Amino acid sequence: MDSLTIKGIREGLKGRRFSAKELSDFYFKKIEKEDSELGCYLELAKETALNQADKIDNLISEGLDIPSLAGVPVAVKDNILVEGLKSTASSFMLKNYISPYDASCVKRIKEEGAVVLGKTNLDEFAMGSSTENSAFKTTKNPKDKSRVPGGSSGGSAAAVSAGLCCCALGSDTGGSIRQPASFCGVFGLKPTYGAVSRYGLIAFASSLDQIGPLAKNAEDAKILFNAIKGKDKKDSTSIEMEENGEIDFKKLKIGIPKEYFGSEAKKGIEREVVSAIESAIKKIEDMGGRVEEISLPNTKYAISVYYMVSTCEASCNLARYDGIKYGLSEKGENLSEVYFNTRAKGFGAEVKRRIMLGTFALSSGYYDAYYLKSQKVRTGIKEDFEKSFKKVDAIFTPVSPTVAFKIGEKTQDPLSMYLSDIFTISANLAGIPALSVPLKTKGLPVGLQILGNYFEESKLFQIAKLLE
Amino acid sequence: MKVENIAKLARIGLLKEETEKLEKELSSILDYFNVLKKANSKKDPTFHPSEKFIGNVFREDIPSGESPERVENIISLFPDKEGRHIKVKAILNG
Repeated sequence: MDSLTIKGIREGLKGRRFSAKELSDFYFKKIEKEDSELGCYLELAKETALNQADKIDNLISEGLDIPSLAGVPVAVKDNILVEGLKSTASSFMLKNYISPYDASCVKRIKEEGAVVLGKTNLDEFAMGSSTENSAFKTTKNPKDKSRVPGGSSGGSAAAVSAGLCCCALGSDTGGSIRQPASFCGVFGLKPTYGAVSRYGLIAFASSLDQIGPLAKNAEDAKILFNAIKGKDKKDSTSIEMEENGEIDFKKLKIGIPKEYFGSEAKKGIEREVVSAIESAIKKIEDMGGRVEEISLPNTKYAISVYYMVSTCEASCNLARYDGIKYGLSEKGENLSEVYFNTRAKGFGAEVKRRIMLGTFALSSGYYDAYYLKSQKVRTGIKEDFEKSFKKVDAIFTPVSPTVAFKIGEKTQDPLSMYLSDIFTISANLAGIPALSVPLKTKGLPVGLQILGNYFEESKLFQIAKLLE
Repeated sequence: MKVENIAKLARIGLLKEETEKLEKELSSILDYFNVLKKANSKKDPTFHPSEKFIGNVFREDIPSGESPERVENIISLFPDKEGRHIKVKAILNG
């Protein structure tokens, strides 16, 4: 049962081979048995899940039509609000915060019949690449339990990989869906900025954040994405997207950026990653696709621009955690002390580091040199992609220069953790969609990143299916 | 960069060890950011990736009428309250 796809669940329910309740029960039993070791989930939602499953079973017994995600067990990253459940964003600051409403994407999947199993672990406020920054626990990689699952959506990726849910929702600000998907061997999509409503997502960096699906195959990722995408009046940056047509595979052109995967760049990438990506490129060529080298010359600025923009936005977004409206509230002699004490105790080291960096870059005298300059260079990064997509249909790169690293390996050196985001952050800066596709390897999983033009998610799914 | 001053601006209380650690970490991160000095900055800034699709969005400032349960859910999250109001320390002396 734990290998069932969305389509398989649909057929099983319609053919009455199992009920939605039996399916949910199966997953909760498996979670109880296996998750104490893996640590994917922070909270389970048994009661509401079984209520939802009953509703689906009633529809089926009455012979009525069932919606697109009927009975599908979904895990939700703990920075996305599910009414009545805690949303901690893995922070002490929100340890007891109970979501007063559903995020728009959660509302949509519930309407489509999905069964929310529970909330998954992440790096605190989605800041990190290993899920080690969670205030509550470290999630382990199901493929090798001595290694990290990646992050920040590490709990969601590990849950999909270990079969502790059918598919999951994550969020991606600089690679937080794609990199854990790559480390755990599952599919993960960072949609075009604006494709999915961010209403109900605990904000990290508002011009970069996107919610997206993690799944076992490209088709499931596509079905889940289709359920959550579209205009939402509660997020003014959301957009109704046009459906894209079929790709003509005989004319397919893939670009390989030399700054990511040229002979010089390959020296900084682990050998098993290089060989897996090379095989994927060869497969496209064998199928008649054309592959050509392209250049994204502003790549060398991407990490600096990303960490400037994201920390500046984070320092503003996280100003709301002041001990007054909700969340942790520490005592103090006066209002100012309440702020200082609450934020000292509520935030972990990485969150403090980023708020400090952003506050510095936005402070008087530094704004132009750091923040404004970064936003100008960001335009160059965006234009690099726009130019490239005039020549090629999609771009292939690795998701990460390494396979999953050991737990504890990078926690002492924040800069080296930041540098490992090199291949994923540009898509967020430009706002383009990017899909992480697991490749066949002899050892640990390796993810191929397929980057596409704005709102061309369906092309990415079609190319991914070719490689499956 | 004076970590203590920035911590004041950010309203974060820091222990002495935290301040010392941050001084080292932030200075190595800022050194890395020096690469930006060489970058072309004649382009217009991109503050938002969807600017080119939707531009600015305006609406009337009218409450949307949330359900009473949701309002109660939010009120129940207040750390300190008097009736249905958030209670805070005095912000003016005297």
